[in-house]
Amino acid sequence: MAEKHVMQVKTVRFNLNGKDVEKTVDVRASLTDMLRNDFRMTSVKKGCEVGECGACNVLIDGEAFNSCIYLAVWADGKSVRTLESLLGPNGELSDIQQAFVDEAAIQCGFCTPGVIMTAVEILESGKLYTDEELRKLLSGHLCRCTGYQNILRAVKKTMYRRHGLEVPQN
Amino acid sequence: MYDMKALYEAGSVADAVALRVAHPEAQIIAGGSDVLVQMREGKRAGRELISIYGIDALRGVSLDAEENIRIGSLTSFSHITRDPIIRRYVNVLGEAVDQVGGPQIRNIGTIGGNTCNGVTSADSASTLHAWDAVIELTGPDGVRLEPIHDFYIKAGVVDIRPGEIQTAILLPKASYENTFGYYIKYAMRNAMDIATLGTSVNVRLSADKKTVERCRIAFGVAGPVPLRAATAEAAANGKAVSGELAETFAKTVLEDINPRDSWRASKAFRQHIAVESAKRAFIEAVKRAGGEL
Repeated sequence: MAEKHVMQVKTVRFNLNGKDVEKTVDVRASLTDMLRNDFRMTSVKKGCEVGECGACNVLIDGEAFNSCIYLAVWADGKSVRTLESLLGPNGELSDIQQAFVDEAAIQCGFCTPGVIMTAVEILESGKLYTDEELRKLLSGHLCRCTGYQNILRAVKKTMYRRHGLEVPQN
Repeated sequence: MYDMKALYEAGSVADAVALRVAHPEAQIIAGGSDVLVQMREGKRAGRELISIYGIDALRGVSLDAEENIRIGSLTSFSHITRDPIIRRYVNVLGEAVDQVGGPQIRNIGTIGGNTCNGVTSADSASTLHAWDAVIELTGPDGVRLEPIHDFYIKAGVVDIRPGEIQTAILLPKASYENTFGYYIKYAMRNAMDIATLGTSVNVRLSADKKTVERCRIAFGVAGPVPLRAATAEAAANGKAVSGELAETFAKTVLEDINPRDSWRASKAFRQHIAVESAKRAFIEAVKRAGGEL
């Protein structure tokens, strides 16, 4: 007879998009699994599942992490933010989301939530980055349809606007 | 879901050591950017894991009483790059680990995991060799210190003994004082790539900046484990700073390195970029040290 697997579980308490939550999860779950299956945060995409494409990217205590290679139990005590947190009280898009729409930085949309959460980390640093620095900061995301130029433009535009500055041409 | 048999979470170093003793077959997991990926590939499927990720005491960079730099093994690459002590004394290490993977990987990847993995291409490894880093391991009998050169046994195998975990990486003051370094990663892509060759040079110049007092160079992917090029170092030590010296020094590395043919690059190509990288890194390190050539 096959060996019976005893499911090992752990109760995880963390802050999700500003709200304290608690869930008992299978210790084998990734953070992607928990966010999607237990909390219906479906902006967190399952892409490569090996930490290469960035589609599952979320912010943990303000830093970007690929949730596919992060154990769900590690979220205990942490503050996790997904794209859902950007929604305004009446469902409005945030400035960075609107910039993605305006700059046509989206086609199929699969990579978009992950890229936007990295953009949120970039914008919240309060720094004004050069194009070269922005390219490096965005380099952990693969997009197979839009191409990266429009994404760069959307992030740059929002960064300048948040600084109250004119967006330089080119 | 990851295919793991069981997960044991350590809350402290003592906890981790006890878990290592109780579960000698279990795999240690720090940030998981190697272990969890290997598990997805089926390589470590069905294993027990000891997670040390939650041990916050192993995070951060500090100076001890003798001003040796102590890097907690769980310090992430991005935190090393941003750390004021690293930026002030060993900026080249911050620059080297800023070239690992991509931004998200640098937030989860730890310097302890990067070294315990035992791979020759690790971006931190050549620089740590070039700085004569000392590995701190904690086990049932207490703390053990080991030079990084001895810590690497062979490809993929490091000297972590039963019951031990790596707790810190130390950079002695005698090693980094008044010394300036430069790292070159040669890879196909600017991000999310593994080094074809990694070259880390550091130099200490005389007070008048005319003579090389001490030069060190280490490579990743020039052999099965990261290695120092001792003959090349000897060729530069005590010599007058010049462009000619950069050339001689660079050519001499061929006497020390032993790269192989792999799908990433041929042996001949690795030898070629080793010489070129050694020259460029030497020149940049000398410039940073205030020398002219």
